[in-house]
Amino acid sequence: MSRRRLNPEAEAASARAKMHKKPKFRLSFVALPYCVYALIFVVVPMVLVLVYSFFYHYENGGSFGFTWEFFARFFNFSDPVYMQVLWRSVWIALVSTLICLVIGYPMAYILSRMKPRIRGIVSFLFVLPMWMNFLLRTYAWMTILENTGILNTALQAIGLTDKPIQFMYSTGSVIFGNVYNFLPFMILPIYNTLIKLDGSMVEASGDLGASFGQTFRRVIFPLSLPGVSSGIMMTFMPALTTFIVSRLLGGSKISLIGDTIEKQFLSTGDYGFGSALSVILMVLTLLAMAVMGKYEKEQSATGGLLM
Amino acid sequence: MAKELIRLEKVSMAYDGEEVLKSIDLTINDKEFLTLLGPSGCGKTTTLRIIGGFETPKSGNVYFDGVRINDVPPYKRRVNTVFQRYALFPHLNVAENVAFGLRVAKRPKKEINERVSEMLALVGLRGYEHRDVSQLSGGQQQRVAIARALAVGPEVLLLDEPLGALDLKLRKDMQTELKRIQQQAGITFIYVTHDQEEALTMSDTVVVMNEGTIQQIGTPIDIYNEPQNAFVADFIGESNIVDGVMHHDFDVSFAGGRFVCVDKGFAKDEPVDVVIRPEDIDCVPESEGMWSGTVESIVFKGVHYEILVDSGDARWMIHSTDPQTPGSRVGMKITPDDIHIMHKSDAKVWEEEK
Amino acid sequence: MKRFVKGMKGAYSALIFLFLYAPIAVMITFSFNASKSRGTWGGFSLKWYIELFGDARIMQALGNTLFIAITAALLATIIGTAAAIGINAMRRVPQGIVMNVSYLPVLNADIVTGVSLLILFVSVGIPLGRISLLLAHMTFNIPYVILSVMPKLKQMNKHAYEAALDLGCTPLSAIVKVVLPEIMPGVVTGAILAFTLSIDDFVISFFTTGAGVGTLSTEIYSQVRRGVKPSMNALSAIMFVVVLILLIVINIRSSKDNRQASK
Repeated sequence: MSRRRLNPEAEAASARAKMHKKPKFRLSFVALPYCVYALIFVVVPMVLVLVYSFFYHYENGGSFGFTWEFFARFFNFSDPVYMQVLWRSVWIALVSTLICLVIGYPMAYILSRMKPRIRGIVSFLFVLPMWMNFLLRTYAWMTILENTGILNTALQAIGLTDKPIQFMYSTGSVIFGNVYNFLPFMILPIYNTLIKLDGSMVEASGDLGASFGQTFRRVIFPLSLPGVSSGIMMTFMPALTTFIVSRLLGGSKISLIGDTIEKQFLSTGDYGFGSALSVILMVLTLLAMAVMGKYEKEQSATGGLLM
Repeated sequence: MAKELIRLEKVSMAYDGEEVLKSIDLTINDKEFLTLLGPSGCGKTTTLRIIGGFETPKSGNVYFDGVRINDVPPYKRRVNTVFQRYALFPHLNVAENVAFGLRVAKRPKKEINERVSEMLALVGLRGYEHRDVSQLSGGQQQRVAIARALAVGPEVLLLDEPLGALDLKLRKDMQTELKRIQQQAGITFIYVTHDQEEALTMSDTVVVMNEGTIQQIGTPIDIYNEPQNAFVADFIGESNIVDGVMHHDFDVSFAGGRFVCVDKGFAKDEPVDVVIRPEDIDCVPESEGMWSGTVESIVFKGVHYEILVDSGDARWMIHSTDPQTPGSRVGMKITPDDIHIMHKSDAKVWEEEK
Repeated sequence: MKRFVKGMKGAYSALIFLFLYAPIAVMITFSFNASKSRGTWGGFSLKWYIELFGDARIMQALGNTLFIAITAALLATIIGTAAAIGINAMRRVPQGIVMNVSYLPVLNADIVTGVSLLILFVSVGIPLGRISLLLAHMTFNIPYVILSVMPKLKQMNKHAYEAALDLGCTPLSAIVKVVLPEIMPGVVTGAILAFTLSIDDFVISFFTTGAGVGTLSTEIYSQVRRGVKPSMNALSAIMFVVVLILLIVINIRSSKDNRQASK
């Protein structure tokens, strides 16, 4: 068989002519627009927050210089009001996360043992509420939990109590709001690791004589730890930094770190102190990630939330 | 007479500071079936990717038909590649995959259709035009990948471990098949593999590589019979490699004895590697042997027995059709041209890593 | 015993669902309430649905929200998909750096992302309004697009792009003809994710928007003190139903596709 060419002479000639040009293209170049974007809108803002937290600057005099003042205000041990705020936020977030874990794990487990077809529908139902504006959902809880709300009205109607029970504006109601808003973030990552768990491992454990309790403790739970850890991160972080749940369900009584930062920027205009608090929050995020990070392996940050 | 098609001149390559090709020189002739053979990480795939245009060498030159092509992007080279695991486009069917390059080149529809049928006939997949590529077996996907690359009429086809994902039986069939396709298409094939049997079966020329350097270039028969160093000897086929001392030309000592050999040109009393193929050693009664040992184990391999004999200072692998009893004493016998003497090389490093 | 366990499981699931859906049920119910009070039931009425369309503020907020969400999702999908393709082709070290930067807006608390962007806009002098909102939304959308597209790129045969080049495609046509068709599901997921994140966002919008430019979220927040208008409930009910129908359609279609694919 003769040499296969489409149009041998002309093509070889044109190919040879083309070979002299030198357009150097690397596929990685298509990330360039994003890299520029990320530099301006992700890296620079972070740097600015750092700059604002360490430098004072007066509009009038135009003076500008390094200062520890903003951090000193936070770490003021004679009047630790801001440290108390942070401690309260951490504590509330921890309790909320723990409750989410205790309530969420069994749900995720039940869900993961359902038949695949039903399981798809049910997990869809878990995600669905998140498509409704969460401010409105939280607001709806106010309608239910207020002194004149649905729950109190119902309780009084059936005579369980004669005067309204105060549900709202307490630490408890803030924790309740956190659990409500962030529970799906705990259930779904755990569910996602549990469905990937190879059923034959559970059978193998049973085959080796383990009871269900032992199998759970020694096989299922350890294998679901990546999901648990990303669930904890995805619940703890928003619970720690929220200011809406506390504003709506805690009233003005429960002030958290999120509220405090928001006030610095939008009420008092104290960008320096607000930035310092943001830096502290970032450091806390990094710490939490470092602690949980060792369990994180294949879980993506989205935890397969959407689809 | 063979005409030079591709030439690599002092080509070096490094990834993240790690040198993977160390100034290699290589000439590839037109219509040749050339195989780059070596263990993983030896630089064979990198060499192929440089020829294909997917990597630019750090230094050195690549010539195609006498023209320097270092900076010519792959889509302007008259060289096509069959990738490891084929890289078929899953969103296209068999015919569309094969037609891909022709459509990109905006060929007339009629020509494309003819060419696709012709190519599918060449690889034995006529009638599979409208199949989904995901429904094909590994061997069939392999054929589509070859048809796709050949359809655009390259002068050179590059094949990167194309049979690696196939099972043994299929691999054997495809070896014959590839050789046939190469001859029928009448173009150059550059083939990368770590499988010495593949290399020896199909190639006109074998290039043995290790650690970014070329160890030996030759015909399969040369490479097998006259390995230039212990690495090649060990990598191609199985070998007994022992330390020896070359006293004079044609006079070597190893295994506690002095032997006549056919090698010369070594320094006086130079320490050397002595290589003897397992099938070249004959088992004889102890009294008749040139040296002797105790049979350690024997394994039936189908065509022959693999016998391990411990001679005290070394362990010898022997391929023989006659069985021996483990624990018994045997003598071993060789002829002078069975002894291959090699300079000591840094190939020992590889030996240790293995 | 088995039955008891099954019953317990069912009851537990039901309780959790009650918890998750109670406020939504309340909200939808009260969108049909004739009375304006949110504690008492004044009979069935559609008046909030009618009033909704005459409410200039809500309509404007809805307009802003949709404009921002659609534009931000679209731009983020384009930039993010290109970014993912490019990042996937990078060498290990630069790839690690860019991916870590990409994770920042995902991992940082929303409030930190919000205030850092606020500082940027104020420092650079970008007026707070639609443009700043759009830029902010793109900032938190792009990483999610990248994270949705990345797994598809990893699944793809890493030589498919090179095979296209090998067969004569220019880099751009190789991306369009070979890479995009293969990662399309991830691109679509990313776009939907970006759109819903935008619609849902409150915190970052709150910090980066200016006077007069409200989104639904910031509008609701501003109404909370005085009491959220029942027409807002009506709007949410409509949106909820629309999303529900959309999702059901998508799910049915994709499960059909799956069944066809598995044939």
